Amino acid sequence: MAYFDAAAGAPPHPAARQALQAAQEDGWADPGKLYTQGRRARQLLDAARAAIAEELGVRPDEVLFCASGTDAARAAVRGVRAARQRTGPVAVHSAIEHSAVLYAVADGPARSIAVDRLGRVDVDAFAAAVQEPGVAVAALISASHEVGTVQPVAEVAAACTHAGVPLFVDAAQSAGRVPVPGGWSVLSASAHKWGGPAGVGVLVVRKGTRWVPPWPGTEPGAPDQPGTRNLPAIVAAAAALRAAAGEAKPEAERLFPLVERIRSTVAATVPDVEIVGDPVDRLPHLVTFSCLYLDGEALLHGLDRAGFAVSSGSSCTAATLRPSHVLEAMGVLSHGNVRVSLHRETSAADVDRFLAVLPDLVARLRSEAGVAGL
Amino acid sequence: MTEELDCRGQLCPLPVIALARRLPELPVGAVLRVLADDPAAANDIPAWCRLRGQEFVGVAGADAYEVRRVS
Repeated sequence: MAYFDAAAGAPPHPAARQALQAAQEDGWADPGKLYTQGRRARQLLDAARAAIAEELGVRPDEVLFCASGTDAARAAVRGVRAARQRTGPVAVHSAIEHSAVLYAVADGPARSIAVDRLGRVDVDAFAAAVQEPGVAVAALISASHEVGTVQPVAEVAAACTHAGVPLFVDAAQSAGRVPVPGGWSVLSASAHKWGGPAGVGVLVVRKGTRWVPPWPGTEPGAPDQPGTRNLPAIVAAAAALRAAAGEAKPEAERLFPLVERIRSTVAATVPDVEIVGDPVDRLPHLVTFSCLYLDGEALLHGLDRAGFAVSSGSSCTAATLRPSHVLEAMGVLSHGNVRVSLHRETSAADVDRFLAVLPDLVARLRSEAGVAGL
Repeated sequence: MTEELDCRGQLCPLPVIALARRLPELPVGAVLRVLADDPAAANDIPAWCRLRGQEFVGVAGADAYEVRRVS
């Protein structure tokens, strides 16, 4: 079975497995307590925070832990909006944010900025929107989680700085894989996307950013999301990030051409397919394509039976029965959609096997649906 | 007179398949109005036109999309 859905969650990094086991023995106590076990837990928490800060290029006291990437993204938007309520309530965001961010900005008035056919946000429109009065916060995903297109973070950050609006970057797909340009004020990431355990969200709030903890009962000196955090998972998340970041460059150099192989081979061997997203300025590990006249769910099940776990943005695979808002914003085909996202355990042989199976599978499904040659 | 294709109640990709079957049967220049209430149709009918080199005329009221055969 080849698992091709790293964008939803990467398989646990071996470093995370080891750290998790060790921390479960050693880091189960409340890090806020002053007895020996508590102090040991505090040491582990501090070390994990420092390690994550170092990998993200920030200070340890700028790193906060949340219960998930979704919670971190929500706290990013809500915390800036609450701190800047005298300026205004408006959130400016790209049309292709993760749904966690879209739900967070929908707490108040929000302005969505369009993307082009490749899925890249319109920098000029974004810059103009943050200049308008009443903007509390801007949000931009570092790179699309659905189509891989890298977003113009540096340009948008410069525009936000010029306008005096804090920029929140959702770096869930980039952290531990590719560098994120600076200039932002708040950033969120999620450990299970880089090979850490689920249930660890990371929120970075740069010094000087107007942000208030959006949770009731936050204690001074303990800025993490209240509630006992899962310390062994946090320790494992830090170990996984350190390991992933350490091998990120060679991994990106290995995966980028594998994705290029998928893009070019699928285009050449599968008729009536639209390969979406930027072919070059993209994440190294992710590719999305849509097969005309096919049902995304049928394709997903067919690939599952053939031994490939992929994701789909087609409406038939969504609980909402709506197509992916990212594909809609790009104006590209949404049915028959497949997202393939690779990781450190993916081999070239896995990819070649997928490329060998796909054309016949698509042909068979089209034939069964009576749409062959249409 | 514009011909109508009623695909209401059908989920994508069925409305696009119906469009792809019917349009080539019409003369070049003819306009086909597709009625479809699946939310994906609003996206996928224009996308099909782009991929197939046909003209998406526009949205013609609620759940109605017009396509002109150009080739």
